[in-house]
This record gives sequence, C-alpha cells and structure tokens, in this order.
Amino acid sequence: MKSKSRRLSAVDLLLIVLMILPFVAGIVLKVLTAPPSEGISITGARVYFTIPMPIQDLPITEAQVNSVLVLISIFALCLFMTRGLKVKAESKRQHAVEWIVEKVEGLVNENMGEMFAGFAPFIAAIIALSALSSLSTLMGLYPPTSDINIVAGWAILVFILITYYKLKGGLLYYLKGFTEPIFVMTPLNILGEIATPVSMAFRHYGNVLSGSVIAVLIAAALQGLSSLLLGWLPGALGEIPFLQIGLPAILSVYFDIFSGCMQAYIFAMLTMLNVSGGFPEDEYEKRKQKKLLKKQKKLQMNH
Amino acid sequence: MLELAIGIILGCCALGAGICMGIGAIGPGVGEGNAVSKACEAIGRQPESKGAVTSTMIMGCAIAETTGIYSLVIAILLIFVAPNMLVNVLMSAIG
Repeated sequence: MKSKSRRLSAVDLLLIVLMILPFVAGIVLKVLTAPPSEGISITGARVYFTIPMPIQDLPITEAQVNSVLVLISIFALCLFMTRGLKVKAESKRQHAVEWIVEKVEGLVNENMGEMFAGFAPFIAAIIALSALSSLSTLMGLYPPTSDINIVAGWAILVFILITYYKLKGGLLYYLKGFTEPIFVMTPLNILGEIATPVSMAFRHYGNVLSGSVIAVLIAAALQGLSSLLLGWLPGALGEIPFLQIGLPAILSVYFDIFSGCMQAYIFAMLTMLNVSGGFPEDEYEKRKQKKLLKKQKKLQMNH
Repeated sequence: MLELAIGIILGCCALGAGICMGIGAIGPGVGEGNAVSKACEAIGRQPESKGAVTSTMIMGCAIAETTGIYSLVIAILLIFVAPNMLVNVLMSAIG
C-alpha cells in the first residue's frame, strides 16, 4: 500500500511535465524573439504578432501569451492534485488539497457569509492565477500582472459580478441607490461605482510594475557601481559586474514574492467584500417573498 | 527654436514626474505610519491578538498604498509615454 502511493504513475509524470512545460516554452519564446538590446531599458510587453481585424488590428502581446501559459500550468496542477482522490484521505497530495479547499472555504464563509459559499472556487482561481502570474517573473518571464490590460480584464469581470448581485434587489432599488443620501450626490455615486474596478486594476498592476521598475533601476545602478569600483581589474575580469550577483535577489524577495502574493490576496479580498457588500440582502428577501405570494395567489386562482 | 520646444517638453515631463511622485508619496507614508503605530499599540495592549492585528494591518497598509500607486502610474506615464506623444503633437502642429 505504502509503496504504491509513493510511486508516481505515468500520468502523474505527464501532468508534472505539463505543469513545467508552459514556463519553459515561455522562456524559449522570449529568448527567440528578444531583440539585441544595449544596456538597460524599461519597456512594455513585447508584441509577438498582430491579427488583422476589421476595426483595429489585434496585437498578441507577451503578457497575453504568458497569462495563457500560466493558465495551462494551473490546469495541469489542478489535474495533478486531484488525481486518485479517496473518501478517506491516504496520500499527502490529498491532505494538501483538502487543506487548501478548507482554507478557501473558510475565508469565503468568513467574509461573504453562507449565501455566497459557491464563490470559493472563483476566489481560489483568482488567487492562484494572480499569484502564479506575479511569481512567473522569478523565471525571467514578463509577469502578465504588470500589464494593465490583463488586470483590467479581471477587474471588469469582478465589476460585472458586483453589478449582477446588486441588481438582485430589483432595477428600481439599484437606481435608487445612486441618489442616496441626497439626489445631488448622483454624479459622485456614479463616479464611485466606476472607480471600484479602476482602483482594483491600478492597485494590482502598479504594485507589480513598480517592483520590476525598481529592480531594473537597482540592476543598472549596481552595474555602474561595479564598473566604477572594480574596473581596474585586468582584462575581461573588469567587465563582469560582480556587484550584480546576489544583491538584486534580496530585493526580489520583497518586490516579487511578498508583493505578488500580497496583491493576489488583496484582489481576492476586495472581490469578496465588494460583491457581498453591494448585495442588498433585505430587499432580495422581500422580493423573494413577494414572488412566492404571487405564485401562491395564481395557484389559488387556477384552482 | 524646435530644439528649445522639445527640450521644454522633456524637462517639464521629468519635473512633473518628480513632483507627482514626491507629493503623492506623502499621503500613503503618513497613513501607513499611523496604521502601523496603532497596530503596535494594539499588540502592546493585547499581545495574544498579534496574528489577527498584523494581518489586518498589512491588508490596510496595502489599501492605503493605492493613492501612492496612482501617482506612481502617472509618473511612469509622464516619463515613458508622455514625451513621445507630446513631441508628436508638436510636430503635427508645425506640419
């Protein structure tokens, strides 16, 4: 029994390969298409190719490709983790999966309440996608979250969810919510409504981007410093930037690992709070009971 | 004359970015300092609630950072995007 659970089957190996392969493919794609560059530059996502479209050409950028690669990797990870589940947990893998699911469900229950228990998979997906996207910069890939288009897409999705759950209280109640506390506040309320997705997108994107910009600036500074201090070394030794070894990694612990995971958590947290905070529970219950009453009356009329 | 105009555009973009980041960093700095000081007080009063206070504080700090991030985004736009755009506008105006 024990030896069986330890051994990896062929499918497991295949899934592990499928987990790692997207990142390798991303690195290869980046190396192949990288233009010869001099020194250090800060640019946006590189455009791999453009698809001609009737109104405007659709550029396929590095960020889009990398986010799809991360998606494939997460998909393989999920398949790998949930393979061979049993009613009573035996393998380490299943214990880990159960721990993750319990944690996420606890988080959702704590912040959104029983009514939104179905949101747990969505929240887990947001956290995994965002964290892994930010962490992919550790492998030298362009992090998809430092492109505003990707994060704005997620924020718009969350905005649609918020509006959908606000509309559950009825269209009139939703429109009336804009004129509170007095009708003069209507423009400000509309602005506040739009500001939610904008601020979510900008917060996530700005944090990741600032990390990469600071990393590039520090690397450039260290290169200059090492050529100034160690330039007297003979031959090719003087051209190697020794100070660049190791020092940027310390910064990367904060800017890439901590900040990336933190922003994923905050994005998920704000999603939960906004969706459950905007939901008009009392009004929804009232409407539900009214509908029930109407149905009962109709049934009595028919009889 | 054209060089002077382009020089003014570049200089003003750089100045604007610096001022934007400098002033924009004051608010989040003060706010996060307040948050951390209150969290320290709370932990001092009730050491057993350290975990909950710390996680809430980090969350609050990250949200208080937002305005600073806005100014950072504007500064980055001013440095990397605005000069090109403004010079193009100038060129097309001259013809």
